[in-house]
Amino acid sequence: MIDTQTITKIAKLAHIEVSDAEKQHFAGELSGILTWIEQLAEVNTDNVPMLTSVSDTVLPWREDKITDGNRRDAILANAPASEYGCFVVPKVIDNE
Amino acid sequence: MSEITKLTLAEARDALQAKKISAKELTTAYIGEIEKQNPKLNAFITLTPERAIADAEKSDAKIAKGEAGALEGIPLAIKDLFCTNGVRTTAASHILENFVPQYESTVTSKLWNAGGVMLGKTNLDEFAMGSSNTTSYFGNVINPHKANDSDKDLVPGGSSGGSATAVAANLCLAATGTDTGGSIRQPAAFCGIVGIKPTYGRCSRFGTIAFASSLDQAGMFARNVRDAAIVQTIISGHDPKDSTSAVLDVPDFEKALTGNVKGLRIGIPKEYRPDGINAEVAALWDKGIATLKAAGAEIVDISLPHTKYALATYYIIAPAEASSNLARYDGIRYGLRVTPESGNLNDLYCKTRANGFGNEVKRRIMIGTYVLSAGYYDAYYKKAQKVRYLIAQDFKQAFEKVDAILTPTAPSAAFAIGENSDDPIAMYLNDVFTVPTSLAGLPAISIPGGLSANGLPLGLQIIGKAFDEETVFRVAGFMEDAGK
Repeated sequence: MIDTQTITKIAKLAHIEVSDAEKQHFAGELSGILTWIEQLAEVNTDNVPMLTSVSDTVLPWREDKITDGNRRDAILANAPASEYGCFVVPKVIDNE
Repeated sequence: MSEITKLTLAEARDALQAKKISAKELTTAYIGEIEKQNPKLNAFITLTPERAIADAEKSDAKIAKGEAGALEGIPLAIKDLFCTNGVRTTAASHILENFVPQYESTVTSKLWNAGGVMLGKTNLDEFAMGSSNTTSYFGNVINPHKANDSDKDLVPGGSSGGSATAVAANLCLAATGTDTGGSIRQPAAFCGIVGIKPTYGRCSRFGTIAFASSLDQAGMFARNVRDAAIVQTIISGHDPKDSTSAVLDVPDFEKALTGNVKGLRIGIPKEYRPDGINAEVAALWDKGIATLKAAGAEIVDISLPHTKYALATYYIIAPAEASSNLARYDGIRYGLRVTPESGNLNDLYCKTRANGFGNEVKRRIMIGTYVLSAGYYDAYYKKAQKVRYLIAQDFKQAFEKVDAILTPTAPSAAFAIGENSDDPIAMYLNDVFTVPTSLAGLPAISIPGGLSANGLPLGLQIIGKAFDEETVFRVAGFMEDAGK
């Protein structure tokens, strides 16, 4: 069962602010979904490999060379804030 | 509806190339239909009529010079999950409300290179997470069909609900979709049209906003199987920008429509007929089986024993991948930014994501974060990957005995807006027949199978072997002809 404390922890990991009312709500919903998912415990998966790719093919190789670049303006075009060709973020180091 | 929009894609293509109609005339007619119907249906998030007319004029010039591409002058709609250079691409999310890509997705590039005309970007469930197109920040999409006995607005299915509605209401000749667990096939069934999800790796995912990368695959909606085959051929193929796109030649899928299924072995999985299956859905499936049998196909009973675990497996894997993929929306480089009073960077992330994502997206990110978190990874994620292996094996073994598999597409016809919305699991059950194929990465199509007693479309699904879309199209084409 997922309690509001667990929701607080998950929300912190997921970087999503949740209000106390939302915590209650998510705790109920996630508990329901995870209880439903518990049915997988019935399946015997001893000695079963994990499927990490549905494709049987080997990933193609390519030469290790630069194929793209010099697109500063395009990269900054959607930035919420930019100055002098850089992204602007809140200050992350304290004044000393 | 104007006469010209009644032409199928194949008919319009031939008429354009024979100069019986012009691309501008065709495009103008579609823009007119959209102006008339879209305010009610809400199929489009962004309309690009000026771009469409400019594209059409270019197509007319090319046709005049004898340089027409395979889709020259064909008006198309694009799910708003495909990045389009200079045209806002939102994923139906507040967090990308003002995002204008500076590059083009490979799938859409292929359509424009072939001469396609862009009418606009279609609505969807936020980040393609949903089965009813009711999680969009830009409002619900309305299914053009209504039940005989009710005036209630119905859902078009999801997540590609806008694309399915646009094709069903004759607002375009074909539309792109993406399918992670059924997001092309289920809306195709609900709207009474054709929707193809090809094999995982058949199309490039470059420039398609990611939801669950091991499952996401682009495909197409069209009014009939031939039209779907034509456009699916165009968008397929290897792309050096997506290493998971297969280095395989792409057949001309239109040529696979032989109209003949004699000698084909068609598998009927018993697990798709659970107790309590909708009687109309079962009857339609039986009718499909009888049609194939009468035409000389061999009907083979098969078993896909892990089918009942597919949804639970999917609801671990897809949210896990989504929680990683959606970590990029942090308010720094693009998209919404909500600046906190504290001026603290971490608060900026948390407030931006809290404001930018809707409830279903938050729910899935939280589930994904939980199942990947320390102490739970083995119990959930690793377990799901193992069950996924068993599900893929089920299909592999079945395909030793059969050439294609026939099932219903969805467990019911379209439901009313608001139904199933309080219970996430009830909503997830819509994808019970489509999710297993997605987990196995196989190609599958949904075709209209008939109508329910109250006049709503029901779909049949044809599943093929990996990279054997040709057999899928062949069976689908036959069944469509047989239903006429």
